[in-house]
Amino acid sequence: MTSLETNFLGIKSPNPFWLASAPPTDKEYNVRRAFEAGWGGVVWKTLGSEGPPVVNVNGPRYGAIWGADRRLLGLNNIELITDRDLYVNLEEIKRVKADYPDRALIVSLMVPCDEASWKAILPLVEETGADGIELNFGCPHGMAERGMGSAVGQVPEYIEMVTRWCKEAYSKPVIVKLTPNITDIRHPARAAHAGGADAVSLINTINSIVSVDLDNFAPMPTIDGVGSHGGYCGPAVKPIAMHMVAEIARDAETAGLPISAIGGVTTWRDAAEFIALGAGTVQVCTAAMTYGFKVVQEMITGLSDWMEDQGYETLADFQGRAAVKVRDWKDLNLNFVTKAVIDQDQCIKCGRCYIACEDTSHQAIDMSEDRIFTVKDDECVACNLCVNVCPVEGCITMKRIEPGQIDERTGQVVQAEHGDWTTHPNNPMSSQAAE
Amino acid sequence: MTDQRLKEGVAAGRLSRDTLQDNFCDLHPPLDPHQAQVAADRCFFCHDAPCTTACPTDIDIPLFIRQISTGMPHAAAKTILTQNILGGMCARVCPTETLCEEACVRNESEGDPVQIGLLQRYATDSMMAERPHPFERAAATGKRVAVVGAGPAGLSCAHRLAMYGHDVVIFEGRNKSGGLNEFGIATYKSVGGFAQREVDWLLQIGGISVEHGKRLGEGLSLDGLKQDFDAVFLAIGLGGVNALSADPSAWDGVTNAVDFIGELRQSTDLSSVAIGRDVVVIGGGMTAIDAAVQAKLLGALNVTLVYRRSKARMAASEFEQDLAASKGVVLITSASPVSLSKEAGRMQITFEYSDDDLQPTGERFTLPADQIFSAIGQTLVSNDLPALDGRKIAVDATGRTQTAGVWAGGDCASGGDDLTVTAVAEGRDAAEDIHAQLATS
Repeated sequence: MTSLETNFLGIKSPNPFWLASAPPTDKEYNVRRAFEAGWGGVVWKTLGSEGPPVVNVNGPRYGAIWGADRRLLGLNNIELITDRDLYVNLEEIKRVKADYPDRALIVSLMVPCDEASWKAILPLVEETGADGIELNFGCPHGMAERGMGSAVGQVPEYIEMVTRWCKEAYSKPVIVKLTPNITDIRHPARAAHAGGADAVSLINTINSIVSVDLDNFAPMPTIDGVGSHGGYCGPAVKPIAMHMVAEIARDAETAGLPISAIGGVTTWRDAAEFIALGAGTVQVCTAAMTYGFKVVQEMITGLSDWMEDQGYETLADFQGRAAVKVRDWKDLNLNFVTKAVIDQDQCIKCGRCYIACEDTSHQAIDMSEDRIFTVKDDECVACNLCVNVCPVEGCITMKRIEPGQIDERTGQVVQAEHGDWTTHPNNPMSSQAAE
Repeated sequence: MTDQRLKEGVAAGRLSRDTLQDNFCDLHPPLDPHQAQVAADRCFFCHDAPCTTACPTDIDIPLFIRQISTGMPHAAAKTILTQNILGGMCARVCPTETLCEEACVRNESEGDPVQIGLLQRYATDSMMAERPHPFERAAATGKRVAVVGAGPAGLSCAHRLAMYGHDVVIFEGRNKSGGLNEFGIATYKSVGGFAQREVDWLLQIGGISVEHGKRLGEGLSLDGLKQDFDAVFLAIGLGGVNALSADPSAWDGVTNAVDFIGELRQSTDLSSVAIGRDVVVIGGGMTAIDAAVQAKLLGALNVTLVYRRSKARMAASEFEQDLAASKGVVLITSASPVSLSKEAGRMQITFEYSDDDLQPTGERFTLPADQIFSAIGQTLVSNDLPALDGRKIAVDATGRTQTAGVWAGGDCASGGDDLTVTAVAEGRDAAEDIHAQLATS
């Protein structure tokens, strides 16, 4: 019997699909609708310190890029943390948690980077009965200019320090949300770990200018003729997020640190990929903002059907299985030789593989007068570009040249044993050469 | 107005004006910008694209569709019009289902091609509505070219020559330019006076004058033109129609479908066009389909199209056949007319079944008819012409006839299908050859 039940830091939720701290989780009304729609958990939109709340711009706060048929691929925003009163939020959180005890309810927090500010808000959150907190060290716009959000997340020492304060003053799990706007995600993750974080969540949004209005020569969204960089999210950022999740999952210092993955999760498949890379839960925002809360139904049924087909009973059955297969380039087997093969029955004769290879790669595809496209094995370096530009999924595949066979391109017999760059004769630093 | 479809004989106003207006509106409504965007997104931007290969005018279809998808319909239009100056009309009347859209690789992947014709219309309509004429005339060369016929081939040739700076005089026998675009196409394929608007737009290039009411043998002679001009391009089309048999009196009462279609196109009030309750159309090409469909749309109760060979041999595309069937036209194949009689003012036309080699089977059937339209092909008229190849003027690949200084193209010339788009290509290519020739003389 397949179960999507999730136990993340002891916080249980019926499925791993949580809504990320963002506009969809800004108030009781939305969160109740989300839970009714089936979301397993919610990270309440970031609360700030007591006092007059922040104000948002009153012009447009989102920008986007689109793919074919105006499918939204990337969203950017310049919205700040909640602009509602702290106590209103706290009361709502308490009510919602009481009504939905089976769902995860995490409270995102962002206050000035001093101990007093953090220790002032934590008891208030503790009192709501929420399941844990998420430290917003990621928001890249607006709040970062005031020394909060990603301004903290970009300094590992601050991350460690604040995490430690929170662990001291709060009894439940502390999740540290990381910004991707750094050079190496492992450093802030290690800092969170060192500060005692129970988990990290990532990625927060990426610094971005999503488009330029060519009539007014201003970035969009445009506020009174000018604009500001905003945080980028949605399907377009998923590859960046997956890399960062994998780096933390396979880093010796942080291996085993629970991860709540965020970044472009739009379908069950995205979620499965993140979980395979080590995530314990996934957080979703843009997909919900694009299609509404109902999308979670596709995610729940899709993941559950796929797991059943694969014979996985729980998420743990496949969690992290791809993380161990993420390696350094130098470890890749150079004796693994493949060639592209075009299935003539599936080919629709568009010629995109041919022109991509001919103009921009290795001139390894032949085109006949009657538009039959065939791979020249003596030129094909197996780059995979033809596979990627082919409009028909599965039409072009990579076939392995078995050990003992000749690679027609090099004229060499393909070796059976693993051989990578570390031992390659062309590598001046190769361990063989060093011997 | 009450429905008059049951009324006997030939009568006008069988349907209300509103119904007629609905029936004769655009067969394929134009795309709006959003629809165009969605349609354009489906193009794969194929290499050496099969659609372009299938286009008689070699329009770079992937390029123009990409220009539409990036929000530049005017650039798209220029891509189209550079190859095909009548790209607006071709977008409406081309049998795209047997040309570019048949070749589209999306047929392989989804069984549904990119809407190339509608996208071409979107681009060219945008250009014509929003931008000035996109081509400039080169400095005058002082050379003069006569073009006989203001149909697609003649207009295409004249525009290209004018662009190169030559002075062109078009002689046109009818009182309006456009040729079959104006007189020969079903009304619902070119609504809103588009053919005339396109002619006016094309003439904006300058350097072209049109003289109506002049045709070879009527005020014009080929020798005279050769004397008065540096080159002559003949694009006189096919002015005659094939007869049903050697004895025309046996078929008294049969009307030419081309005349019916022309009358319909020129009508400003469709409710004044008379149509029979029972209509029979003889033929299997586009003209037969256009006549049959329009008879039905005018309110004829029964329209039967009879073709002498099998369905697969019909010149009309499957799309056209299906269109006719969907409008309620009954298609009968493998039958040829053998006799016509009249009883109490009504015609009775008798057909005999025949195989694809036209061998009669001896079995006959008779249809009552208030009107009979014959659409069994058109034929070249004039005796003052260069040498023929069969029933058409012999031309080489550049459009040169066997008479020095005379080129020909379009339906009157040998080679190519009798399509608007083919005529445009031939006119353009002949202009290129004339221009090259004039440059060396």
